[in-house]
Amino acid sequence: MSEAPLLEVRDLAVGFESGGTVARAVDGVSFRVARGKTLGIVGESGCGKSVTAFSIMRLLPQPHGKILGGQILFEGKDLVQASEAELHRVRGGRIGMVFQEPLSALNPVQTIGRQVTEALLLHKPLTKEAAWAEAITLLDKVGIPSPEVRIKEYPHQLSGGMRQRVVIAMALSCNPSLLIADEPTTALDVTIQAQILELMLSLQRDLGMAIVLITHDLGVIAQVCDEAVVMYAGQVAEYGSVEALFHRPAHPYTRGLLASIPRLTTPRKSRLPTIEGAVPGLNEMPAGCRYQNRCPYAEARCAVAPPPLETVAEGHAVSCFRWRELPEFKPVTPASA
Amino acid sequence: MSSPAPILEVRDLKTHFPVRGGIWLRSVATCKAVDGVSFQLLPGETLGLVGESGCGKSTLGKSIVRLLSPTAGSIRFEGVDLATLGRKKLKPIRRHLQMIFQDPAESLNARHTVGQILEEPFIIHGIGSAEERRASVDTLLDKVGLPRAAAHRYPFEFSGGQRQRIGIARALALQPRLIICDEPVSALDVSIQSQVLNLLLDLQREFHLSYLFITHNLAVVKHVSDRIAVMYLGRIVELSDAEELYARPRHPYTRALIAAIPEPEPSATRTRFIATGDLPSPINPPPGCPFHPRCPHATELCKREAPPLRETSSATSPSHAVACHYDLLPAAIPSPLGAPR
Repeated sequence: MSEAPLLEVRDLAVGFESGGTVARAVDGVSFRVARGKTLGIVGESGCGKSVTAFSIMRLLPQPHGKILGGQILFEGKDLVQASEAELHRVRGGRIGMVFQEPLSALNPVQTIGRQVTEALLLHKPLTKEAAWAEAITLLDKVGIPSPEVRIKEYPHQLSGGMRQRVVIAMALSCNPSLLIADEPTTALDVTIQAQILELMLSLQRDLGMAIVLITHDLGVIAQVCDEAVVMYAGQVAEYGSVEALFHRPAHPYTRGLLASIPRLTTPRKSRLPTIEGAVPGLNEMPAGCRYQNRCPYAEARCAVAPPPLETVAEGHAVSCFRWRELPEFKPVTPASA
Repeated sequence: MSSPAPILEVRDLKTHFPVRGGIWLRSVATCKAVDGVSFQLLPGETLGLVGESGCGKSTLGKSIVRLLSPTAGSIRFEGVDLATLGRKKLKPIRRHLQMIFQDPAESLNARHTVGQILEEPFIIHGIGSAEERRASVDTLLDKVGLPRAAAHRYPFEFSGGQRQRIGIARALALQPRLIICDEPVSALDVSIQSQVLNLLLDLQREFHLSYLFITHNLAVVKHVSDRIAVMYLGRIVELSDAEELYARPRHPYTRALIAAIPEPEPSATRTRFIATGDLPSPINPPPGCPFHPRCPHATELCKREAPPLRETSSATSPSHAVACHYDLLPAAIPSPLGAPR
């Protein structure tokens, strides 16, 4: 941990204004991403994972979204304080972004070629012809068959998986050091999801970029990420290596999530463990731990003050008063014998 | 076999849609969304129907409850063929045959209170007095784990998981014998998903319901199903006992699907057999076996002839049907579950 991380988010707080009140969607989130590594951010809808990603790019919906505090240090520069001109260089240049729904990320009335070359022409001193040639190379790199034909087509002529490949090609066009992928495979079928995840990993090996992968799917986290942040109600519940989170989860929420997913090894038609109740609304967050109303281990002090993030082991931290007292975690037997 | 009479027997069902084009919107092509599907469903049984988008699984579900009209084939529900039945004759049968939809926000009337939504099936079928209907609504809310006060509130006041419970309560209202569940948990977060799956399993035990459970999630379908049918481009390519399907998948497509499941276990060995290419369109399906352009084992025969769904009985499994020309050895591609224990 001696080397400075590529991205360090410190105590980030993001709010949305509506009718005079500010709803804090993200409240005190910190994490680091090392060069060339993949960090997953996992959580359920409304936990603030996408808002965190959009904040890094300073792409919060305006005028309601505001960064209320904290720092986003990327390659040594604080993006929270950065000017619009500096942000222009970073977005699509040093940081590439892939969104959930490729059809809405692409312009329906422009050809693939025009959209891929746009980022190239914006960030690199290239002629139109050179940019076009580079776009074809990029499309080839992301596994689009006959790129010189496809480049002249429109988004609606491509399948969902192919569209997502185009979005990835655009994100990679300027050799970013960081790729932010917000639910990149959620809209895709399983066999296509496997293709896209494999593509992202092989591109990462070739280009050495870091990835922040936002997803609700713990399976994707386990298969793709080095480290992960588990978010709950706008805060970090736990972070650590994927190995630590799946085999030695310290937060009751992480444990609850892991237990409630049906797996291929779960006895068929058995009752699944559940997390009772629901996430509190943004404007009705309790004092103290935000998970207290659903937590089987909650006690009086959990309602008084929020638990601090405590170190469990090197690189593994949890925000729970009682993590030391939880019963031993029984890992699910690994699939392969 | 001396098994009980099936509650539902679908035979060679086809649902085709005309694709209209040109300025006169003439039919220019046919989308064969469901193209010759046959299966049986026993009382109290869950048949999982799994496949990727566009494979026709939802069209099949909607054709069975006659929200869509099938083009050909028969749907025998408790001995009566629904495929050709007119509206009047269909109505009394509909109460035994209900559907739960993926998005409860879209399938519940936003302008009705939950009480009105749940009362409506009784009104439509002329069951009970107003007093009795209200009592039934209370019972239904109890059954799905919602407070009785919910009857006076509107769908938007509820979370996704609670709305799905309302959808389930509505389906249960008339004590159906068969429920078609079309992606009932796909829109829900994992912690809520397990609550709803438990509820569906409890209700099945209590009321001896049969489910046709449509989903794209292979882990969910294994959890709830007794038998599973895998669909690809409007056809069933494999149909077998649930455990058997995952232990010894025979169709290359089933193997690709199972291998593509991201397992929530970092040490899981990734035996990646990734199906290359995209799903072909059901408007212009490839000739021969619909999977052949993506299949690593495809031969000339596969390009020419579509394989029928044939029974491959073995000592371990009495019933395992697969639509593949070849008997692929189980060892050809290792299952991600490892060697059978």
